[in-house]
Amino acid sequence: MRHLIVGSGPAGVVAAETLRKADPAAEITILCGEGEAPYSRMAIPYLLKGDIPEAGTHLRKEPGHYDRLRIVLVKAQAQSVDTAARTVALSSGSSLPYDRLLIATGSRPSLEKIPGIDLPGVHACWTLADARAILEKAKPGARVVQMGAGFVGCIIMEGLLSRGVDLTILVRSGYMVRRMMNPTASGLLRSWCEAKGVKILTHTQPKGLTSVDGVLQVDLGEGRILPADFYLSAVGVDPNLGFLAGSGIEIRQGIVVDPNQQSSVPGVYAAGDVAESVDCLTGQRGVNAIQPNAVEQGRIAALNMAGRPAAFKGSLVFNVLTTLGLVSSSFGLWEGVPGGESTEVVDPSHWRYLNLQFDGERLVGANSVGFTNHVGALRGLIEGRVKLGVWKARLMQDPTQVMQAYLGAAQKLG
Amino acid sequence: MQKSLHLDPNKCTGCLQCEMACAWENHRSFTIAKSRIKVFTFHEPGRFVPYTCTQCDEAWCMMACPTDAIRLDPVTGAKVVLEPSCVGCKVCTIACPFGTINYVSDTGKVQKCDLCVGASGPACEKACPTGAITYVDADWTGLDKMRQWAGKTDTNPATV
Ligand SMILES: Cc1cc2nc3c(=O)[nH]c(=O)nc-3n(C[C@H](O)[C@H](O)[C@H](O)COP(=O)(O)OP(=O)(O)OC[C@H]3O[C@@H](n4cnc5c(N)ncnc54)[C@H](O)[C@@H]3O)c2cc1C
Ligand code: SF4
Repeated sequence: MRHLIVGSGPAGVVAAETLRKADPAAEITILCGEGEAPYSRMAIPYLLKGDIPEAGTHLRKEPGHYDRLRIVLVKAQAQSVDTAARTVALSSGSSLPYDRLLIATGSRPSLEKIPGIDLPGVHACWTLADARAILEKAKPGARVVQMGAGFVGCIIMEGLLSRGVDLTILVRSGYMVRRMMNPTASGLLRSWCEAKGVKILTHTQPKGLTSVDGVLQVDLGEGRILPADFYLSAVGVDPNLGFLAGSGIEIRQGIVVDPNQQSSVPGVYAAGDVAESVDCLTGQRGVNAIQPNAVEQGRIAALNMAGRPAAFKGSLVFNVLTTLGLVSSSFGLWEGVPGGESTEVVDPSHWRYLNLQFDGERLVGANSVGFTNHVGALRGLIEGRVKLGVWKARLMQDPTQVMQAYLGAAQKLG
Repeated sequence: MQKSLHLDPNKCTGCLQCEMACAWENHRSFTIAKSRIKVFTFHEPGRFVPYTCTQCDEAWCMMACPTDAIRLDPVTGAKVVLEPSCVGCKVCTIACPFGTINYVSDTGKVQKCDLCVGASGPACEKACPTGAITYVDADWTGLDKMRQWAGKTDTNPATV
């Protein structure tokens, strides 16, 4: 059996390793489209901070890991897929046959559509190549204008500031991390960042960029111009799907997959940021572009590719974020549900906040700032759809009793 | 032989010897806040529940780690954090549905129970005066492990 995996991020690598365990005799090939050793985008913020060298971003650290598992790494991009002939055409001009194909091509930055976005000095922070370019330019005193304060925008701030740059963040809406934090949590993050010397302009969106004597001029409209030595675009991501044109694979927001991670074309699977699956709480389809989702989908896809039926339980939207040292997290339906109840504790002087959202007897969402202990139990309670029983009232009264509630309600230990 | 900790709340008196032993073993400090095993107090029933990582087969933390900083100890089956590789991203702390891998701000890394890898058995078990913590063959705790991820099965009384 020939397994071909397009993409060497966490979804692709975990799939390859799972395939090797499940199908010892199979041929396993991974296409590395960036020509890099398989690495983790998530580690880039720590490379920017100088905590780790480039090799610290590598997904696997053991020398000879891929050889030992007989996983062949091919540095090439997939250009098109012929699902009838079961071949993938490569950028090198050759093509590779497959029996089972996994598409794990992740996503790429969706740059804002404004004039000048293609100028030199405009960067995203998504790939190792981006990180190298940023490291080259992020010198002390360099003026950096960053568009976007989503979770990636927030995570990279610390690395940028640690290099002594002068940072201004533009936020289209009124809130930072609007897609994972409620206004209270988001407000805490904002005051924290401002206290650390970051300028944050909300309700602000650049109209265009020009370059004057090598200095970017960020046009904010109404005559306001911000000069920048470089401009960082962090406004979100889109799945890498371009090479699938004409393949017949059904695509909506991402590649539509069934619970086995199989696409509309038998034998072709998808996992990670590129796949559109079902949310475990709402049942709605969507792309959930986070690392834990990528690895779990990679694992499930691989088991099915190896002929061992396995079903994905549905994806949970959750994230943890460190913004200049302030830790926050977001789980599930943090905005709440119609007819649901919520409870919270706020302690702004200690930068602590916890909000829980309930649907009847179950916890369905949470937002936290400054809480790190046992936060995983929030996942346990939410994804496990645990009936809280007496713990509902106790949590309503003291939301910080999450771990006790988990032990009491899920494990029946309390 | 794969081994694991068996924790029996019925025998626990809440003396916190285990937390002290763990903090000392791993941090050379008696600051129990740094312990990897925690004894949770339930005031209403007046009950003490020692709890720590069960070294679950799913290994959510290890799977989610972007930097290969959590490895499987082939001898005990423990999932072990390799501090030099950990970047402190905390994704493991939200991936673990049991809440048993936690961030330590002093070190900027995470910690979890590794069954005292490299030592002659877990320090908490040695310190426990009542036998509430025992170190047993992994199969023994299989039933507990099944109960652990309560949300996985539809038949579990705790769930729908
Ligand atoms: C700075 C930063 C911080 C982040 N922080 C977090 C975090 O804290 N928590 C979290 O959960 N997530 C975080 N993420 C998101 C996380 O990195 C992604 O969700 C994860 O990488 C998705 O994995 P994947 O394997 O699906 O895709 P990717 O990691 O994007 O891997 C896709 C691979 O496919 C390759 N590829 C693309 N097209 C082709 C082609 N045509 N041919 C061959 N190869 C191709 C790419 O080069 C890449 O190697 C962060 C991302 C960034 C950039
Ligand atoms: S905090 Fe450390 S061990 Fe946990 S996922 Fe991140 S790098 Fe891995």
